[in-house]
Amino acid sequence: MAYLLLRHRDIPGLENIEIYKQNGGFRALEKAVTTLQPKQVVEEVKASGLRGRGGAGFPTGVKWSFLPDTIWPHYVVCNADESEPGTFKDREIMEGNPYQFLEGVALACYAVGAAEGYIYIRGEYYPIAKQIEACIAEMEKQGYLGDSLFGTQTSIRLKVHLGAGAYICGEETALLESLEGKRGQPRLRPPFPAVVGLYGKPTVINNVETLTNLPFIVEHGAAAFREFGTEKSPGVKIFSLSGNVERPGNYELPLGTPFRELIFTHGGGIPNGRKLRAIMPAGASSSIIRVDDSNFDRVMDTPMDYESVPSLGSMLGSASVIVIDDAHPIDWVIKKTIDFFQHESCGKCTPCRDGNYWMKHLTTRIHAGKAIAADVKLLDNVAAQVYGKCLCALGDFSTMAVRSAIERFPEDFEKVTGNS
Amino acid sequence: MLTEKYPSEIQAIFAKYPVKRSAVMPLLYLAQREEGYITKENMQEIANLLDLDVTEVAGIVGFYTMFHDEKAGKYRMQVCTDLPCALRGADAFLEALCDNLGIRVGETTPDGLITLEEVKCLGGCHRAPLFQIQEGDMVAFHENMTVEKTMELVEALRKSVNSSPRAATA
Ligand SMILES: Cc1cc2nc3c(=O)[nH]c(=O)nc-3n(C[C@H](O)[C@H](O)[C@H](O)COP(=O)(O)O)c2cc1C
Ligand code: SF4
Ligand code: FES
Repeated sequence: MAYLLLRHRDIPGLENIEIYKQNGGFRALEKAVTTLQPKQVVEEVKASGLRGRGGAGFPTGVKWSFLPDTIWPHYVVCNADESEPGTFKDREIMEGNPYQFLEGVALACYAVGAAEGYIYIRGEYYPIAKQIEACIAEMEKQGYLGDSLFGTQTSIRLKVHLGAGAYICGEETALLESLEGKRGQPRLRPPFPAVVGLYGKPTVINNVETLTNLPFIVEHGAAAFREFGTEKSPGVKIFSLSGNVERPGNYELPLGTPFRELIFTHGGGIPNGRKLRAIMPAGASSSIIRVDDSNFDRVMDTPMDYESVPSLGSMLGSASVIVIDDAHPIDWVIKKTIDFFQHESCGKCTPCRDGNYWMKHLTTRIHAGKAIAADVKLLDNVAAQVYGKCLCALGDFSTMAVRSAIERFPEDFEKVTGNS
Repeated sequence: MLTEKYPSEIQAIFAKYPVKRSAVMPLLYLAQREEGYITKENMQEIANLLDLDVTEVAGIVGFYTMFHDEKAGKYRMQVCTDLPCALRGADAFLEALCDNLGIRVGETTPDGLITLEEVKCLGGCHRAPLFQIQEGDMVAFHENMTVEKTMELVEALRKSVNSSPRAATA
């Protein structure tokens, strides 16, 4: 199957604008700007069933249609903050296939009537941000961005904003705060960004991978897009595979591909003769799926799409599949995830800030073998107190691995607490 | 003064946003370019440029991990030890770097060249072990590393600094 998103793997040099043009580049943008009404683009994207690839899986066309026609200007903001542990897909898109990505951003701008779009790139991707800025300049020079696009009245300008190291800025309202020059702390909702977003104006926020699908949908239509994936999760997805596998990396596969194909066929299985013990399909924010002899085939045959992964008590999220072998105790795994969340909590609400402080204290103690069984209960209790009581989803995310670990891997905790 | 040193860059930054305040992060990067950290004077100047209180600017510096308000080594070597990298041996890698550099995490080599830091996921988990080097306002990735390759890089950085004080990372 030819790549739809990681097309640079089929076409060497695709990061060069001339090669991109020779391979159908900017045809979708020209088609939209010269022959389609913005509303028609929105309808096509709705019909494609494209769902946001940033984690929540919200239907993209539906999200766009929430922008009120009565308040202007509208903004498009691209979320290129990519900071979920285990996620490295947006980076490969921007490095290898930057023009398809930028064409997608421009299409989103056209669809919602935005003359300005911002691309918020995490600070650690500094070299990529420089590359994207150079690509934007090239597109302006050749008339694919700027004023009077393709001889019409349409103007679209894109700008890069560099983050500076904060996972929370991937949360869309924190991202907007950061872009407005404030500390990146989430906003209270409602109002939603679709109505009150960047600089108080209606704003669409989409992930890099989401937007990179748009040129294909606009050029070939919703039906062609739906040829891949499932009814409710159409299209292809980039799965970032990491951890204890032979061949970690990005794999572009139809949504609904079973875990077995990703981990064993593409990923080459578990190295060093070890056994697969656990999977975190949505990065550090996942509930941990336990894999053992009793459920191995059931887990392996589960399709990776937004509807099926919850049947294993987890989520697809950003499809950052972290594979864990039987050499790594699960009490250590949750110590690592809590180290992350405790560091990244923005501190705005008490349950998240204090809860993560206590969870860090407890997971550290448990992993050091200095805890008793009551500490594990206390940890579970703290996590339960955090869940559902926070301003943004980071608070909930921080509890996912912890609670599922305690429930599904009791023997790991009995071992370190001596079952006393 | 930043405005004297970088007039055209500052103008370009302001032109990017309809609201002045949005310029704060790019201006902070500019302030960090030469010394690798942001001085009190620079914070004050940025506050003045944006009509903000200096404490607000300091709050932003403190919020983001890539802004620094204290001097460190010329190169900040930032090793990822987050879960996916740790599953591939990142903790042991960091420990070996400490031994080889003769410093602990958070410390700087006596010659002021390298400050060793431990950071969260850098988006390169499939190429662990890895680190980034932050130098001024720039970042460079070094992936699929070994201790030997890292020590060679350190030597190369040491030489280039000795021959020209403003050598680039890459
Ligand atoms: C703590 C947190 C971190 C997030 N990080 C990212 C991120 O790095 N990239 C991203 O695209 N979405 C991230 N999201 C999701 C965004 O809030 C938002 O839903 C998404 O960018 C919408 O784009 P989409 O509909 O195209 O997926 C994060 C959400 C939360 C709560
Ligand atoms: S849940 Fe955590 S990260 Fe989110 S706003 Fe509250 S303190 Fe900040
Ligand atoms: S966990 Fe180290 S780069 Fe992602």
